[in-house]
Amino acid sequence: MKIAIASGKGGTGKTTVAVNLVLSVEGMQLFDCDVEEPNCNLFLGQELEKVEDVSCPVPVIDSDKCTLCGKCATFCRYNALAALPTGIMVFPFLCHGCGGCGLVCPEGAVQEEPRVLGVVEKGKTTAPLEFYRGLLNIGEAMATLVIRTLQEHIDASRPAIIDSPPGVACPVIAAVGNADYCVLVTESTPFGFHDFKLAVEVVKLMKIPFGVVINRDGLGDSRVEDFCRAEKIPILLKIPNDMRIARLYSEGIPFVEEMPGWKEKFAAMFKAIESGSESGVMNA
Amino acid sequence: MKQLAIISGKGGSGKTTLTAAFASLAKNAVLADCDVDASDMHLILKPEIQEEEDYLGLEVASIDPELCTGCGKCREACRFGAISADITINQYSCEGCAVCTVACPENAVSMKPRISGQVFSSKTRFGPFAHAKLGIGEEASGKLVSAARERAIKLAEQYTKDLIIIDGPPGIGCPVIAAITGTDLVLAVSEPTVSGIHDLKRVIELAKHFRIPVTVCINKFDINEVNSLTIEKFCAEAGVPVLGRLPYDDITTRAMMREETVIEYAARECSLSKENVSFPAKSPCFENSHEHEEPVKGRDFVSEVCKIWEQLEERLS
Repeated sequence: MKIAIASGKGGTGKTTVAVNLVLSVEGMQLFDCDVEEPNCNLFLGQELEKVEDVSCPVPVIDSDKCTLCGKCATFCRYNALAALPTGIMVFPFLCHGCGGCGLVCPEGAVQEEPRVLGVVEKGKTTAPLEFYRGLLNIGEAMATLVIRTLQEHIDASRPAIIDSPPGVACPVIAAVGNADYCVLVTESTPFGFHDFKLAVEVVKLMKIPFGVVINRDGLGDSRVEDFCRAEKIPILLKIPNDMRIARLYSEGIPFVEEMPGWKEKFAAMFKAIESGSESGVMNA
Repeated sequence: MKQLAIISGKGGSGKTTLTAAFASLAKNAVLADCDVDASDMHLILKPEIQEEEDYLGLEVASIDPELCTGCGKCREACRFGAISADITINQYSCEGCAVCTVACPENAVSMKPRISGQVFSSKTRFGPFAHAKLGIGEEASGKLVSAARERAIKLAEQYTKDLIIIDGPPGIGCPVIAAITGTDLVLAVSEPTVSGIHDLKRVIELAKHFRIPVTVCINKFDINEVNSLTIEKFCAEAGVPVLGRLPYDDITTRAMMREETVIEYAARECSLSKENVSFPAKSPCFENSHEHEEPVKGRDFVSEVCKIWEQLEERLS
């Protein structure tokens, strides 16, 4: 089972939920898909090794064969090629690697070479949990490619937790797209609630069953809970607005390791999701 | 005209709260919400929309079932996995490259425009405001950020404003690059957590990569003063000025609950006159706050925000 941890708003506690959850249940896999800012390992402290480079195939023009017809540049939707009187200019940073220029070139003058834009890494320790993460190189735009490559390493026979990036755009879709369940993490403030409703739209659109973790419970008001009750969205867990949790987070310590009783709560949440009985967890 | 972008790497570190506070303090600025994925600034600014425009992103492939023979050549050619085994397009995976139109021997595939979002020009109590809303699950949020910034520039010209204040998205990818390229100054909002430090280092590197002067402020510095010192140390080593340290204070939440900027909230709480709103830190309100029945909380927070703003203005002038 693949469970994605997501939120519209950043900083609501996705990584906190993902890390504490995998530490509360045996035999989990964790995939840090927030490849722009992957933070899970700050809490796990695993030694990482490279699994593979993530690269995008970009065109290389063979100037001996090129007749400067410009078909490649006309075809490219990303303006990654420009036909100049003296030659074809390639802008690798704009290229999405679709291969279209090679397809339309009548002279077979377009070759491709990989351009590395990120990396997939893996924790060296495999027990009690297996950890993978993607990392987008600085200055690169295509987070989705790194996320897609990272997800190829999911072992579907075991439970996998996916820590998703914030927002509602393509990287989020790439991260949560093929999850079996989505845990939305939010806080009950005007910003948190507004972005939470966007995240609800995403998971509804993707037709993924979902539930909610209210983080910093006690902050703000009851608007998230009122909404969830009205919409019959299961509230899976509430994490209090507790200075101890905030301080442990600031130091990179998963709070289930220091605060008794929380491993059980996370494990119960996982069990409820896995067994499909989560709708009765806290709403009852 | 100058442009200031507020970013953070890590989400939830206080970008929008600070940007909204700057909106209260700026004298002649256009505001731009470039967190087009999950924009929140309108919740505080309550814009009155003047102009709205659909934003057309990359096109999306469409298969004519009458012409399709199901040969699957489009599916083989698509590198984004956007065509399923039954030869239908998954529009959320389609990146609009149009390779499928070339691969199809039957000319059954065509590209259709798609509305990826909306861009708005609005009026607010702080002046003109450019903002945008990305459709759920859409591509090209970077392009929408650029569209919002173009609107902001137009508004600045129209109303002769000399500054654009940009509320940026989290992360370091496509929309962030679109939000900071060509700006004059970046303020990175950090928090003293291991994640905050990690993400700050990456945004500083990003700003340097694009050769944009970058400054830092530390939010909630007192939740972990050791980490705050770490941030100051590496900023000093990297030659990045730290403009201020904001204490943890629930004034940010209280102001948000009332849909006010922290400056407005603080001003109202001690019934300042409008003229004094711009620099409450220097106002009698704060000096005499202990005489109030309920002391004005958030004084340090607000005066630090004002201090940061003064320094930003200085650097931009």
